Amino acid sequence: MPPHTMSEGRTDRFHSPFELTAPPGAEGWERMYPYYYLFSEDRRHLDEGKFWFLESMYNPAPMDPFDAIMAEAWWVAQNAFSTRVWRLPHGLGIDHRVLNGYLYVGPTLLTDRAALAACAVDFRRRAGHYYDHWDEIYEEWTTKARACIEELRAIQVRDLPAVEDERVVTERRGIASSYDLVAAYRSLVDNNTRMAYHHFELLTLGYVALYTFQELCRAAFPGIQDLTVARMVAGINVLLLRPDDEVRALAKLAVELGVADLFAEGVAPGDVLAALEATPEGLRWIEALTKAREPWFWYCTGSGASHKNRAWNDDLSVPFGNVREYARKLQAGQSIDRPVDEVLAERERLTAEYRALLPTDSDRRAFDALGDLARMVVPFVENHNFFVEHWHRATLWNKMREFGEIFVAHGFLADAEDVFLMNRWEVEQALFELTAGWATGMPARGRAFWPGEIQARKGILDALRRWSAPPALGTPPVTVKDPFIVMLWGVTHERILNWLGRTHDETASTVVRGAGASAGVAEGDARVVETFEALASVCDGEILVCPIAAPSWAPVFTRVRAAVSDIGGIMSHAAVVAREYGVPAVVGTGFGTRVIKTGQRLRVNGNDGTVTILS
Amino acid sequence: MSYTVDFRDCEDAARALVGGKCASLGGLLRAGFAVPPGFAVTTRAYDEFLTQTGLRELVRARQGAVTATDLRGAEAIGAELRGALDAAPVPPRIAEAISIAYAALSPGAPATVAVRSSATTEDLEDASFAGQQESYLGVRGTTGVVAAVRRCWASLFTPQALVYRAHMGLADVEPRMSVGVQEMVDARVAGVTFTLNPVNGDRSKIAVEVCWGLAQGLVNGEITPDRYLVDKVTLGILERSIASQDVEHRLDATRGEVVGAPVPAERREAACLTDEDVIEIARLAKRLERAQGRPLDIEWAVGPGPRVADAVRFVQARPETVWSRRAPVPIVPPLASPLDYIHLIACGELIARAEDA
Repeated sequence: MPPHTMSEGRTDRFHSPFELTAPPGAEGWERMYPYYYLFSEDRRHLDEGKFWFLESMYNPAPMDPFDAIMAEAWWVAQNAFSTRVWRLPHGLGIDHRVLNGYLYVGPTLLTDRAALAACAVDFRRRAGHYYDHWDEIYEEWTTKARACIEELRAIQVRDLPAVEDERVVTERRGIASSYDLVAAYRSLVDNNTRMAYHHFELLTLGYVALYTFQELCRAAFPGIQDLTVARMVAGINVLLLRPDDEVRALAKLAVELGVADLFAEGVAPGDVLAALEATPEGLRWIEALTKAREPWFWYCTGSGASHKNRAWNDDLSVPFGNVREYARKLQAGQSIDRPVDEVLAERERLTAEYRALLPTDSDRRAFDALGDLARMVVPFVENHNFFVEHWHRATLWNKMREFGEIFVAHGFLADAEDVFLMNRWEVEQALFELTAGWATGMPARGRAFWPGEIQARKGILDALRRWSAPPALGTPPVTVKDPFIVMLWGVTHERILNWLGRTHDETASTVVRGAGASAGVAEGDARVVETFEALASVCDGEILVCPIAAPSWAPVFTRVRAAVSDIGGIMSHAAVVAREYGVPAVVGTGFGTRVIKTGQRLRVNGNDGTVTILS
Repeated sequence: MSYTVDFRDCEDAARALVGGKCASLGGLLRAGFAVPPGFAVTTRAYDEFLTQTGLRELVRARQGAVTATDLRGAEAIGAELRGALDAAPVPPRIAEAISIAYAALSPGAPATVAVRSSATTEDLEDASFAGQQESYLGVRGTTGVVAAVRRCWASLFTPQALVYRAHMGLADVEPRMSVGVQEMVDARVAGVTFTLNPVNGDRSKIAVEVCWGLAQGLVNGEITPDRYLVDKVTLGILERSIASQDVEHRLDATRGEVVGAPVPAERREAACLTDEDVIEIARLAKRLERAQGRPLDIEWAVGPGPRVADAVRFVQARPETVWSRRAPVPIVPPLASPLDYIHLIACGELIARAEDA
């Protein structure tokens, strides 16, 4: 520990990243990630002066080395769009660092007034072009996204033959299959990078519009709740909920056809399908499943940021379990429909009433224009998620598993899944070396090196998972204006001060604060859930406490009385789902999963964002 | 034209006769809101009183001498005029009309009433005479009511009323007085609701203040109430602060008067209403505002009964005057396009209304 610590005795700052050491058993974790992604002495002064928060929405756990490619991709793509393409006047984007395997991100402020003025001119023209042609561009985007996913799916990953096929000679190809193997991996990386850029092409402007409308509402109606603003721009028929809609329809069909009982607990999907195939009704159901699952079952069980978030297509037991739950509700006479009409009616009522309260005509014109802009972008903001973070992501993880199999065949890895413990640069090196071994017929060094290294890394990651990552580091910012940070992660100035208070006294009070994301008040016993697998332990009527709830956890929302998350803003996917299901929710508590224990009695107030620990 | 008009028949069109307060209560009654029964003693009754007692000339002679800065002079003139009015006999036909209307409020046992002034220049939207004229609570029996009415008439000539009218350039205008006589609510909880934020004029809010017992301590500033700020559109409670209250005012029905009593220990620090009840009060205030078409300052009381929603009574509903008559301040300057607003807001140049303290 250095003799002088930045935050010693200070209650106006978070810990310096340079004061926090690796937990026991995790020494050497740094080697798992590229050098540029770490905190380092050469940037110490700059980094200690910045604000960093734990990016626990997509990465609540230490990143598996390969999975970090996702974070790296948006590190460049998001910021390139913000600072070099759109020239946002809001700030200079979001920087990244990895500490003890956890991803920390933070805003870079734009304070130079001359630079700000220069941005403004470009921003107006460029953003204006996109907003003016939004619907058309969104349609083109969807075509691009689908093409990118198809291109990824089509990449051929073939093992190297003992003897090259003679067609290389007869067709005068002039290249061996060792080239193709490495080229295939590079295509995958390029494809992923391209998708990351597509991700932000429209998303950034989407968040800018939402942020602007929210700020107008806050100025016009001081104290207005974020949730209220979100309800005024709510999307109808959100694509993100389409997979769940398909499952509901399949559940209804199962009940109609009289095959619902085949989805009994504990029966493997293969056996369920076999039983269905035995009857004409069953076959009709399977036909409906086949139509629904492509592409709607390319839906990950988590945020899609980790290879561990398997898609429904990879593991049918998940959607089949949901079918069972919905069917049970239907058979008990309960409705499983979502109140879509109510969402629209509410949106219109709120908008009209607030509009009528504005002081002048010009305020009403601004409210209309910015509200319309926000409502125009919301479908993309909510829907892109399915293409980028589910369908494309699931396809990519599965494609990587194919490379994993090749490593296994050549003795580099014991298990294909271990490929995710190499980072994206190491995979290319290892693959290249693999081809050298194949070409020379001599043992590749990787065979001696990687198996042991993988084992060591598993131990390090276990140790890192036991470390309690603080929600924030460094110096709180003077202001928070980045549209993503405010709207998606829900990290506002108020939230930061809240965390600061709790950082210096974790037992501060029995009330944990966040943002009310879905209206209503509920009481119940807490169930702290940190992984998808643990979801099965959630009982009826409990209160879900998690780092972040993924949209594919939708069926859990029919079971729980309320939901509490560590991170997330009103526009986060979990908040959207909670509202759609009418389940009270509080997001962005920062400390929820640290302070609350399973079994404690809670009162969750989704109206004012408070969670009271009653027992 | 009559000397008394039942609240149910008091209309805005007849403000000159019944006063703004009573006209407003009449409007609420006809719109179906729960208002304790009562009647207005009209300006005609006041006029007749001045004429028949011969005091009109005295009033005319004295009040022109009042200036906005001469408080001593106002005190002297005020004392003389009030003394004269208080001593003058109320004409029998007027006293009889009051007696009949009073008896009708509560056939059988005499009602305990509040007798409140409503000068006809009071409650008009361009002037707030709130607090200038008197109210008398816990009055019972015909004699007491008639005397209280006369005291209200006399309160037109308190020094503060005289100076205020002089300050508003109304020193030579004859003030006229209507008096409201209203059955009192045996309030266990009472309060005041503004259908805007009284601190900054924000019309998207409803401000609710509540205390134990009758609201009079709250209204005159002696009691610190529980305070809530409610979003008018969602009816969500945005802010709350619960105060401690040691003394409450209750109606002693047997003696027909208002008494102060210590608040029992278990209620002192407690919130006077549940969140649900506060929201119900806010919801009713919102409906009242819609019915009247303008921001209101509402005094209400909750009588006996298990449900606040059923037991709440609207005692007074005045147009809010401080913010409503100001020119509206725009939130944003008029700009050409959404991009201009995006830029404005990104650069943080949008200044929000001053926050509630």
